[in-house]
Amino acid sequence: MNFLSSHLLTLILFFPVLAALVILFLPKDEVKAIRWTALVASLVPFGLSVLLWMRFDSSASGFQFVEQYPWYEAIHSTLHVGVDGLSLTMVLLTTLLTPLAILASFSIRERVKAYMILFLLLETGMLGVFLALDLLIFFVFWEIGLVPMYFLINQWGSEKGERVLWGKVKMQARNYASLKFMIYTMAGSLGLLLAIQMLGVLFQTYDLPSLYLKWNALEGTVMGLPVATVKAIAFWAFVVAFAVKVPVWPFHTWLPDAHTEAPTAGSMILAGVLLKLGAYGFLRLVLPLYPAEAQRFAGALAFLAVMAIVFGAFASYGQTDFKRLVAYSSVNHMGIVLLGIAAAAKVGLNNPDVALNLSKNIALNGAVLQMFNHGLSAAGMFFLVGVIYERTHTRNLNDFGGLFPLVPIYGGILLFTSMASLGLPGLNGFVSEFLVVRGAWPILTVYTAIAMLGLLFTGAYILKSIKQVLHGPLNEHWAHGEHRLTEINVREIVVMAPLMVLMLMIGIWPAWILDVINKAVMMLF
Amino acid sequence: MTTETIIWLLPLPPLLAFFLIVLFTNRHKAFSHSLAVGAAGLSWLGSMLVFVRALGVPEFGKEVFESAINWLPTGETWLKIGVLIDPLSAATLFFVAWTVLMIFVYSIGYHNFGQPAGNHDRPGLPPHGATIQDEKGHKHSVPSIEPMYSRFFAFIGLFAFGMYTLVVSNNLLTFFIGWEIMGLCSYLLIGFWYGKESARDAAVKAFMTTRVGDVFMLLGIAFLYSATGTLSFREIFRPEMLHALATTATPFFGLSAAGFIGLLLFIGTVGKSAQWPLHVWLPDAMEGPTPVSAMIHAATMVSAGVYAVLRMFPLITADFSGHALTPTMSIIAFIGAFTALFAATIAVAQNDIKRVLAYSTISQLGYMIAALGIGAYVAAAFHLIAHAFFKALLFLGSGSVIHGVEHGALHTGEHLDANDMFNMGGLRKKMPITFWTFLIGGFALSGFPLLTAGFWSKDEILADAFGHGHWAVFATLAVAAFLTAFYTMRQVTLTFLGEPRTQAAEHAQETPWTMTLPLVVLALFAVGYGWVGIPEDFPLIGGLLPNWFHEFVGGTLAERPESLPFNFLPLLTSLVVALGGLLVGWLVYRKVKSPQQDRLQIPLLKNKYYFDEAYDFLFVRPAYWVSETFTYMFMDRAIIDGILHTFGRVALWLGSFLRNYFDKPVINEFIGDGTGNIVKKAGSSLRRIQVGRIQSYMLASFIVVVLFAVLYYFLIGGV
Repeated sequence: MNFLSSHLLTLILFFPVLAALVILFLPKDEVKAIRWTALVASLVPFGLSVLLWMRFDSSASGFQFVEQYPWYEAIHSTLHVGVDGLSLTMVLLTTLLTPLAILASFSIRERVKAYMILFLLLETGMLGVFLALDLLIFFVFWEIGLVPMYFLINQWGSEKGERVLWGKVKMQARNYASLKFMIYTMAGSLGLLLAIQMLGVLFQTYDLPSLYLKWNALEGTVMGLPVATVKAIAFWAFVVAFAVKVPVWPFHTWLPDAHTEAPTAGSMILAGVLLKLGAYGFLRLVLPLYPAEAQRFAGALAFLAVMAIVFGAFASYGQTDFKRLVAYSSVNHMGIVLLGIAAAAKVGLNNPDVALNLSKNIALNGAVLQMFNHGLSAAGMFFLVGVIYERTHTRNLNDFGGLFPLVPIYGGILLFTSMASLGLPGLNGFVSEFLVVRGAWPILTVYTAIAMLGLLFTGAYILKSIKQVLHGPLNEHWAHGEHRLTEINVREIVVMAPLMVLMLMIGIWPAWILDVINKAVMMLF
Repeated sequence: MTTETIIWLLPLPPLLAFFLIVLFTNRHKAFSHSLAVGAAGLSWLGSMLVFVRALGVPEFGKEVFESAINWLPTGETWLKIGVLIDPLSAATLFFVAWTVLMIFVYSIGYHNFGQPAGNHDRPGLPPHGATIQDEKGHKHSVPSIEPMYSRFFAFIGLFAFGMYTLVVSNNLLTFFIGWEIMGLCSYLLIGFWYGKESARDAAVKAFMTTRVGDVFMLLGIAFLYSATGTLSFREIFRPEMLHALATTATPFFGLSAAGFIGLLLFIGTVGKSAQWPLHVWLPDAMEGPTPVSAMIHAATMVSAGVYAVLRMFPLITADFSGHALTPTMSIIAFIGAFTALFAATIAVAQNDIKRVLAYSTISQLGYMIAALGIGAYVAAAFHLIAHAFFKALLFLGSGSVIHGVEHGALHTGEHLDANDMFNMGGLRKKMPITFWTFLIGGFALSGFPLLTAGFWSKDEILADAFGHGHWAVFATLAVAAFLTAFYTMRQVTLTFLGEPRTQAAEHAQETPWTMTLPLVVLALFAVGYGWVGIPEDFPLIGGLLPNWFHEFVGGTLAERPESLPFNFLPLLTSLVVALGGLLVGWLVYRKVKSPQQDRLQIPLLKNKYYFDEAYDFLFVRPAYWVSETFTYMFMDRAIIDGILHTFGRVALWLGSFLRNYFDKPVINEFIGDGTGNIVKKAGSSLRRIQVGRIQSYMLASFIVVVLFAVLYYFLIGGV
């Protein structure tokens, strides 16, 4: 028990790798054994996270369950991990979604072994980012997460589709999407890497808690330039890296491609967790390390956020591909997260105005909760798209319509999840949207007002998808014979059930999670 | 149980019924409706208990039932939610409980419980009827049971939950939650027969139009919350808080904070209560089953919109001195009065029995809104409740009529539009209970003097407008009242009087007791309810019964509104317009046999002033264009992706340039052809797979690296 308490985070972090190693030694034809091993193994970090959640003391300040091991001593980088309320929430989300995604992947038939190994490695990559308290470790995990996802899209993505690049140059859609995802994120991260290096060289440490203090206390000149200039450049280097990941308009065009082409479980994790890495970067690094710059450029961030909210919703409404519609909804929803962050940035640290500080707090509460909520609803939506795609092999909304009488249970689940995504009061999405709007209104009034246009169109695209999929005269094509659409099965319902329960729970009684978030953001920024 | 506990529990039975039906009993029709009706009954019982206890509290209004708990942690503080019953919500609770219960009972008969399953019925379409064989071997067509019977009861259960939540809320947040849940339910129920194109479009239209209002309302809530730090009604309505809101200026149109927040919240009402210019969804909402129309139009949703303004009345009128209307109030009064008249003119040209009622709903809601705009708080509440009773009655009555005609059509095998009043006529003999109750409802709507609730409530609004000198509002509402009486009598005449104009009408049958009983109960209220609000100094009968309503509901406000001194002119006006309208309606339409003889079938009115077409042109089509063409194809695909691809293309060009002018001549010649060939082979085969993309992107990143390295070098060099 003692060992468990003192190594809880590393256990959560590296257990998936261990499991991947075990699977490596399983014979590749034992598909069933591989699947179940992966599923059971992924439930262990979840169980540990729940334990972590229960043992976590939300009113204590600073990081908890801290572990630190030597890693790269020559440059003073250590394997330093710890959680606060912010990372705890994200760890819970990650370890919850991974088993569900693995369960969702039981329908994968090709190269199951490689698939499951990649998936477990992906989990470690994502968890590492949330747990890292060392900038270099943070970056390492940041990049590690890309590799499995690249292969998941590239190898198990949808087989159909081509993308015209220019003139007559074409590319298979999933190759295009995976490359775009990989290169875009990497190119975006280059500035981040350099900025991290600069911090490391300056302070001879990558340790985050000490950097918070030293970097903010820095005055005078750095490398011949005024600190303010250096910080501004480094700020944008950080911002671009995270903006690509979130993704913030106009860096978002990799997202619809990657999400659409990825296998179902891949999309679930992409939307559910990977996008949160970017937003997490804003909260964990950008705001605390660059409070002054964030305040200075808050208007720009808010502008980009509103563009994402409005044009994300428009673009989503303009789709005829069900999966792409859901993919664009992520741009819309993550824009709300960024709006909350921008509002908080605008208020800045140590603002004497009590009312503004409260608004900042509320906006950040909303942003973090929105991250969690979007994780639930986007994963659910992608899964539901996958359910119907597996049966019909089409995602074209015009091929559907009138499916409700054929698949009433699926229809009910889709309606429920769509409404959570739409932000219907009583379900989770509303709470976080309301908090962001409330928090941002007194700080960024005009931007908040414009964002309402996006919120309106959120309704439009959700209703469009329901209308085009479920409603309409009974669809004869899918009603008979070999095309007959089968109802959602028990395994698939099991994937959706925890998500739906959480959506309802947060919608009705958000305090259980928001209390942890609230205390964390009060200490964070 | 304490009253507060009961209030907390009030919304729960219908919600529980919803979950139980969805999860467990959806295949058992009798279980499902028992659950739903039982739940509505429980909530009804609780509501009556609360209402009676409220009556027993002296000075109710100063003393209220309230209880709150922490809900959202916000920094060091909490946002609280809770329940509140004050006079206004007690009165609202009363009519909601009654109408909801009646609608639930009615739905059993309306969806043909006890009838066989249809021959060709399928989920998503209204039942078409079943063929049965009697002992002698004769085949009969009879109505068939709704295929999605259980689902219907689940949905209206959720709907009732939304309304109860809204009514018992002590704060704007749970109020908004109930508000939006009703929005969802109206969407689900208007689109209940989703297999019909018209129904699925109407559902989306209803949701989207009301959502336009809702996003403004959300902003209003956010503003109010940031300005006051609370969303609890009674805390906001504390005099010092209202004073602060009324004296804070905003940058918007020179309004005070109170005025601007009031306006934002009012826009929510414009959507929900279908006021011009967001009225377009409500007539289309007739696509839903008729009990839903009654639910939306009377018992719950549209009433919720007016209730919202009533609830927020102290805020909206915070900077009202009692003389000149504030800008916000003027806007409210204008929109209400305009809508009252505007919708009434459309109603006169409609032939669908339910559509007439739909437009009359819009018009009557306009009455209430106009009343609120001129500060006639009690009159508006009075009319809201009276309207809820008689409009629920009228909708359920029209459903009964349609049901009867459909029954006749099944019998004769005719295919006709059972909603079209020109296919009816003479139904008074076939469906006497429906006729008499509908007549009572219609007279109440028209404001038939003395007997009906509609007279008292409408008269009070007119008297108030007159008494405070709002001439324009008074005149507009008077004209609208005349039209109301006129189209109501047109409806009654075309439907029930004269001779049957079709075989189906000839063979129409009275509906089962589950449908007629609610009609009778509601008819009692449509008459008797008015007697609780007779002005004290009304000639002859004033003072015989105390003006209980004014005393009771007026107690909600901090300052109890004064009763107006009696004046003959508005009374005379009400009498003339009501009786005159009824008489003219009867005289004109008693001889009309077909739409061709109807001289009011003016295209402009029949097409509702072309609002649908205009909105389609102004908003819907541009939205498609902005979404599909501008945002997706142009901005994302052409511009943003185009820039990215250009990076790739430039890199590719640079790559092949280096390859042709550096690699090949320099490296190959120096290092030797052997290795070179291998590299080349690998390279070209790789290129075939990837069409050069890897190289190009790699190169792009390489360039970035170099740029940063140069920058870094200079930065380092400076140290």
